[in-house]
Parts: sequence; structure tokens; C-alpha cells
Amino acid sequence: MPKDGGIGASTKRREDIRFLTGNGNYTDDINLRGQAYVHFLRSDVAHGRLNKVDTGDAEGMPGVLRIFTGKDFEGVGGLPCGWQVTDRFGEVMQEPGHPVLAQGKVRHVGDPIAAVVAETYAQARDAAEAIVLDIEELPAVVDMKAALKEGAPKVHDELKSNLCYDWGFVEENKAAVDEAFAKAAHVTTLELVNQRLVANPMEPRVAVGDFNRSTGDSTLYTTSQNPHVIRLLMGAFVLGIPEHKLRVVAPDVGGGFGSKIFHYAEEAFCTFAAKALNRPVKWTCSRSEAFMTDAHGRDHVTKIELALDKDNNFIAIRTDTHANMGAYLSTFAPSVPTWLHGTLMAGNYKTPLIYVNVKAVFTNTVPVDAYRGAGRPEATFQLERVIDKAARELGVDPIALRRQNFITEFPYATPVAVEYDTGDYHATMDKLEEIADFKGFAARRKASEAKGRLRGLGINCYIEACGIAPSNLVGQLGARAGLYESATVRVNATGGLVVMTGSHSHGQGHETSFAQVVAEMIGIDASMVEIVHGDTANTPMGMGTYGSRSIAVGGSAMVRATEKIINKAKRIAAHLMEASEADIELKDGQFSVAGTDKSVAWGDVTLAAYVPHNYPLAEVEPGLEETAFYDPSNFTYPAGAYACEVEVDPETGRVTIERFAAADDFGNIINPMIVSGQVHGGIGQGIGQALLESCVYDENGQLQTGSYMDYAMPRADDVPFYRVDHSCQTPCTHNPLGVKGCGEAGAIGSPPAVVNAVIDALQSVGKNVTHIDMPLSPSRVWQAMQG
Amino acid sequence: MPEVKMTVNGKPASGQIEGRTLLVEFLRENLGLTGTHVGCDTSQCGACVVHVDGRAVKACTMFAAEAEGAEVKTIEGMAEADGTLHPIQQAFQDHHGLQCGFCTPGMVMSAAALLAESPTPSEAEVRDYLEGNLCRCTGYHNIVKAILAASGQDVSRIAAE
Repeated sequence: MPKDGGIGASTKRREDIRFLTGNGNYTDDINLRGQAYVHFLRSDVAHGRLNKVDTGDAEGMPGVLRIFTGKDFEGVGGLPCGWQVTDRFGEVMQEPGHPVLAQGKVRHVGDPIAAVVAETYAQARDAAEAIVLDIEELPAVVDMKAALKEGAPKVHDELKSNLCYDWGFVEENKAAVDEAFAKAAHVTTLELVNQRLVANPMEPRVAVGDFNRSTGDSTLYTTSQNPHVIRLLMGAFVLGIPEHKLRVVAPDVGGGFGSKIFHYAEEAFCTFAAKALNRPVKWTCSRSEAFMTDAHGRDHVTKIELALDKDNNFIAIRTDTHANMGAYLSTFAPSVPTWLHGTLMAGNYKTPLIYVNVKAVFTNTVPVDAYRGAGRPEATFQLERVIDKAARELGVDPIALRRQNFITEFPYATPVAVEYDTGDYHATMDKLEEIADFKGFAARRKASEAKGRLRGLGINCYIEACGIAPSNLVGQLGARAGLYESATVRVNATGGLVVMTGSHSHGQGHETSFAQVVAEMIGIDASMVEIVHGDTANTPMGMGTYGSRSIAVGGSAMVRATEKIINKAKRIAAHLMEASEADIELKDGQFSVAGTDKSVAWGDVTLAAYVPHNYPLAEVEPGLEETAFYDPSNFTYPAGAYACEVEVDPETGRVTIERFAAADDFGNIINPMIVSGQVHGGIGQGIGQALLESCVYDENGQLQTGSYMDYAMPRADDVPFYRVDHSCQTPCTHNPLGVKGCGEAGAIGSPPAVVNAVIDALQSVGKNVTHIDMPLSPSRVWQAMQG
Repeated sequence: MPEVKMTVNGKPASGQIEGRTLLVEFLRENLGLTGTHVGCDTSQCGACVVHVDGRAVKACTMFAAEAEGAEVKTIEGMAEADGTLHPIQQAFQDHHGLQCGFCTPGMVMSAAALLAESPTPSEAEVRDYLEGNLCRCTGYHNIVKAILAASGQDVSRIAAE
């Protein structure tokens, strides 16, 4: 029976009411008294020397308050990078500066050169057009392999080359891996591109800076997934504002998908300019501007090799990847192709030897950083594609080949430094076979053939590392931050309570699901629990939301804080009932003394905490408010199996998704409705990557896909209804809720299924097509069929 | 600056505007009706859809001056005065048809226009009609389901949750 509340119930979302009625409070809805507006003049060349920025004419234009250029930021820190990777040879990565406004050079189309602050947006835009630029255009590097050639133009003159790092993992295993390949019975090789994508949350970024001259306090309202991280990075590294004088507010945020994790120049600018002008300064990003300023995602070029023995057991994997960093290092960019990618190369399989090489490269393009899945989709895609290719080369069933190599005993230590705590990959595959109706495929293929279409079935598995992350571990790997999470539970005298969480909700429904957990723990109605997030002034220091970490890490902090509340409340209840604390039980919001009929209600205890007339003041402080910080001891490992059925029109190469099924193991689940929604959204983005989306630069570094006219976002008629299931549950063993996280699974698990399905369709009519790079546009598929 | 007058959500509204002021800017900046969103600058995303004289219009693609004398309805005008949600809004909540909420006002306004034209649309018709409304969160599954449900059709056969 479905529950009607608490953990496991598909409770309807409380936040929906304000969003459905137009009462959300997004950053662009915030307007402060006396606010001025900034428009950024951006580079329209990919690489150039900035000889002169002449603002003379523009300064006299109507409404202009001040025009800022790189000179104004010479004494200000640059945008910091939060992760330092050490390369194969023990050297730290090359880490160039990243000024708020360009200094000396521009390095990608969209690099900000000047900022015009005016009374209105229109005036700021008009004045920007009157700025005269003298830019000496330099040859641009766009292709990663070309960027590494001797004599290639350097993105950063002060660096040795365009190589950020050359990372090997696990370096000590390299010789053993090579040896395994030398004696393999079969080796399958695949070269592929995991194309550059743009995250494209529907809400473009916005920043509003404010300064209070009488207190010296700065406030930034921004579209962020992690306001505390922005406060720390911007305050400590860019503007030199101590954290107690800086408040960062991320109110309702319209999606993030990773792109709103990072600290951006516009945030620092608005905060800086508000103080300089003593007026609030607002910036609202246009979508065209977003395409050339939001950090992009993916952009890997990879060669993967899989070695098998004569019995088709996987014996080794070797990969070689070039990963694009773009022109500057975005906040967590170096970690994505390394620790979030290399550590997942074992997938769901017991391959004993793995070696991953990644060369991160600077190019004259927008910086690349985490996008939904971040490294894990790149790992999954290459692994699941090469396994499919191996199965076809060996003439074995791709599901049987996977099953034969599944990890079946847990905990399992992979050769790439992580230990999976739980999982049951046969169970999710069994579930997939059921919900995807594999038995009916042959008949569906016949029906497609009857109307002149090719039908293919593609499957894949995935594993991801979520619940990011144990601070001491990531510290060793180069993270310049801890990755704990926090919660304060403040109980009011009349029994209602507020949870102030360091997690941030930008679509995930925390206000509903977090309340379900606390309500169940205490045994009160969820309507008595309010969830507050997104404001550094009223939430404890938290690391925010990404990496499917909110319930696994933030939820755990909330559970720990609630446990402290319950323990204290039991002491108060024991006093009120003149009983021993050890005998107090809490059930359905009622404290009782075991074995007696004595009880007091939750509200009696909360009232006593704040009106402590009859109260053990000598032993227990009044009040009922607790904070907990939770630092996970391991990652969590959601896993699953996905199936896609496509039809291909052999006349045009057009691919349509006919069926899509996902069987996931997320451990325990708080709100199944929300979890399904997360998977649906991830699948939508994964299908987008597989069939439609691609961020394209020409050889001069001009962005070819700079708006929704050119960048193909998935639309409602590009996707079918999805069949999703998360009834296979192996609870996480190391967090109190047994949860694993579900935010990225769909985006990680779906692209290989789509591509495998298209290859299956083409091979079903004897086409010798073994791979097509994404997106599988009609022209690419049609071309492949002509071979 | 010229003055523009129109009726918005049943109430008279007016303001001094520049000729280049877009309807969406007038609604958001002059009237403070921030439920209508701007998600792009090429008339693709549909976050700004409102009704002008009963027709669904992208408010980023129309000058405010062009709405002179028109009846405009925005997301703020959909629920009853007592807060009771419009059936489409209610269906979106019941079927989890929204996540971050940014595209939602445009989706609801488009859905209302669709159901006015075609009271019991097929799944394909709904998907086709939403061609001009982008959502990045839901994969469209629950949006399509919510609109079918709002039209009174049985959605229980559509994959659960």
C-alpha cells in the first residue's frame, strides 16, 4: 500500500503552489530600491590582444553611471579554481589566472571586456555599443589535439603549453594493464567523442549586488546551487570580503544541472560595483549570453580498449582521453575528467586491471566544468559502448556478456580506488527485462519493418559515485574544499519546527521530501516542518547541491540534527514524567514511559523547552535547537540498467525513440514521485545528448550554436513516455537513511542505450556500422548507412 | 514616452513605456507580474507565454504597445481569487508536472490554450502543441501526463509516478 505521508510516500510538492501561481521568487524577480543595471561588453573574437578599450564616447551617453574595465580589477583577485590535480609525474596542474574582466588578452568569444553600469538596461546596452575596442586578433586553438602540438598558439602566454595536466590512473597499474592486453584473447577498441553540451537550465543566470554603507555589509543575490561556496570563493579569493560581512542569497533557482555550481565573474562584478557605486547593481543574463558564458559540459575525445580472455571475461581496460578545459579553469573543472571519471571506469564489472590517461587541454572556448553526471556519463558511455561492440565482435548476447562480468559480491574494491558498498546488478537487469518487455521486441521489430522502418534495442548498465564526498579523501585528491553538509533544526515553543539546510533546492523538491523525513522521525504531520535553504544568513555553512548529494549528505546531516533534538526532548520528557530517560519512547509525536500509561505530547515538551518552569535547568539548557554537520565516510553507488528502442527511417536516417525503460537501484527512497521525476528529467537530457544536442565551434573559435535557433534542445515531441522503476533497493550501508541519490542517473544511464539501439537497428539489416558519434542526427545516421 | 493601456487579469493596467518595451518587460517591470518568465531571446522557450485576447502569445515577441486595449491574461490570473488552483494547475501538482518551476507558467498558459482549442487532445497532439515550450527538468513525461489528465482523460495506464 502506498503511504500517505512520511518516508516512502509520494507526497505532492508544497513548493508547487507558488511556482504554479506565478509567485516564485527567482533572482530576476528581485528588484532593489535605487538599483542600477550592468551590461557586459564581451569579446567577439576567440583570441586576441586587447590593445585599447576606449570608453570615452560611451561614458557621456544617457544614464551611464560608470564603465569598468580590466584596469579596475587589477588589485582584485581572479576567479579561483577549487580543485588541483596532480599529474602522472607528480607535478601539479598548470593553473592560469582568470580575471573578472579581461586583462591584456581575450581568450574566448564571450570573455567580458568592459561592464557598463547605467540607470536602465537599455541605456547600458546602448552605451556598450559606443565603446571602441582595439583588439589584435590572434590565431585561436579549438581542437584539443592541435592545441597540444609543438608551436600551437598558447591560450595563456605565461604557461609552458596548452596542457593543463597529463593524468594517469592508476599509474602504478600501467605496466600490468599493458601486459594483460598483450596476452588477451580478444581486444575491442573504440574511438569516440563525448560532445560538448550546454547545461541550459531554463532560468538564465542573474546576479544582484548590494552594499550597505552604514554597516559595510555586502549582499549578493544569485542563481546558485551553493550560496555558501560562492560566499567563500568570492569573499576570500576575489574581493577580500570576510564571510561575516558578506551574505549570499540563492532564492528560487530555475534549474542548475551543474552550471550554477561555479563562481562566475558577473557575481563578483555586481558585488564589487555595488560597493563602488553605493547602489544595487543587477545583471540578467540573456540566453545568447548564457551560451557563451555558462560553463559547458563534457567535451571528451576518447579511445577505449577492452581486453577479454578466451572465456569472455573482462581482464583489462585502457583508456586515453583528451578533456577540454576551455580558456580558463572553471571552479571544479579539473576534477571532472579525473576523479569523477577515472574512478568510475570499472562500471558494474569485475575488471581487475584498469588504466586511465587523461590530458586536459586549454583551448579558446568557454570553460568546461560539471554538467549533470559530470565525468560519470563520459565513463559510462565509453564503457557501455565498448562492451556492446565487444559482444557484437564475439557474437555473444550483450546482456549475457554483461551479466557474466557483473560484480556480485559486496563490498567490492575496484582497481580504480573506490569501494562499492552495496548493489545487485542482476536484480536491476532482471527488472529491466521485465519492464522493457524484451520478449515482445521481435514482434515490435516486425511491425516496424512492415512500415519500412528499422528497429533496434539497446541496453546498458551504469554505476555512479554520488553522495559527494568524504572530505579527507577528496582533500588527498586535490579538492580545496570539504564536502560535508549541514543542518540546523530549530523547534518552536508550539511544536512546529524549521530545518535550515546547507543543501539547495533548484527543482529537486527538498521542501517536501526533507520535511517527510523529519516528520516521520518525530511522528508529527509534515505541515509542522518548514525547510529553509539558500541564504547564508540563516543556514549553517553548507556545500550545496550537486553530485546527487542532497539527501545522502544533506539529508544525513538533517537526520543527525533531528536525532539530537529527539534525545534532548526525551530528557525533558523524562523530567516532566518523573521517569528515567532510558525508559522514554517517542512514537507518533507522543513521549511515553515504557511499560506504563504515562505520556506527554511533543507539544508539551517543546513548550517546556521554551517556558522552563518545571524543567531540569541544572542539567539541560532551555530551548530546542540543534545543528549537525555530516561528513560521509564513502560515496554512494546508485546503479541500474536502461533499455531504449528506436526506429530508424532508412530513407532519411531520422531516429525516433519508441520506448525507454530504466531500472534503478537508489537504495531507500523518500518520495517515489520525486525520484521518478528526477529520472525522467535525466533521461530527457540523455536523449538530448544522444540525438540532438551539440555545442559547436568553428576552427576560428566562433560559437556556431549560440542560441536555441542552433542548439537543439529536446522538445516534448522528441521523447516518449518513459517506463521507470526503482523497486530494486539495496540500501546504502553507511548513511542513516540508506539512500544513494537519484539526480544524475538518468543523464548517465541513457545516452549509451540510445546509441546501442541505433547500432542494433542498422546491424539488423546487415549494415557494418559499429559506432556513430553523438548527436545521432539524421545526416550522421544516413551517412553511416551509406558505407 | 507614450502611455499604453490594457486589461491584465481583469484589471485595468497602464504605464509609460518606450517604444521598444516588450510586453513581457511591461508585465514584469511595470506591473510587477513576475510570474511570466524570460528564458531566451529568440522566441523559442515559451517561458513567457501569456494570453492576449484569448490567444497564446510569447510575451517576449510582442511590443507592449501592440497590446494596447487588449485583454491580457497571465499565470497570476489563472487561479480563483480564493487561491483554488485552475484545473490545469492542479493537474500539474497532482502529476508532478514541474520541478524548478521556471518554465511552468508558460507551460500552463500553453496548455490552457491547447485545451481551449482541443478539449481532449491525444498524446501526440499535446507533444506537438508544446513544440514552443522548453522544459529542462521533467523530460516532459509528467507535463504531458498532467495536460492529458487536466483534459479529463484517464492517465492511469501511463507509466506510474
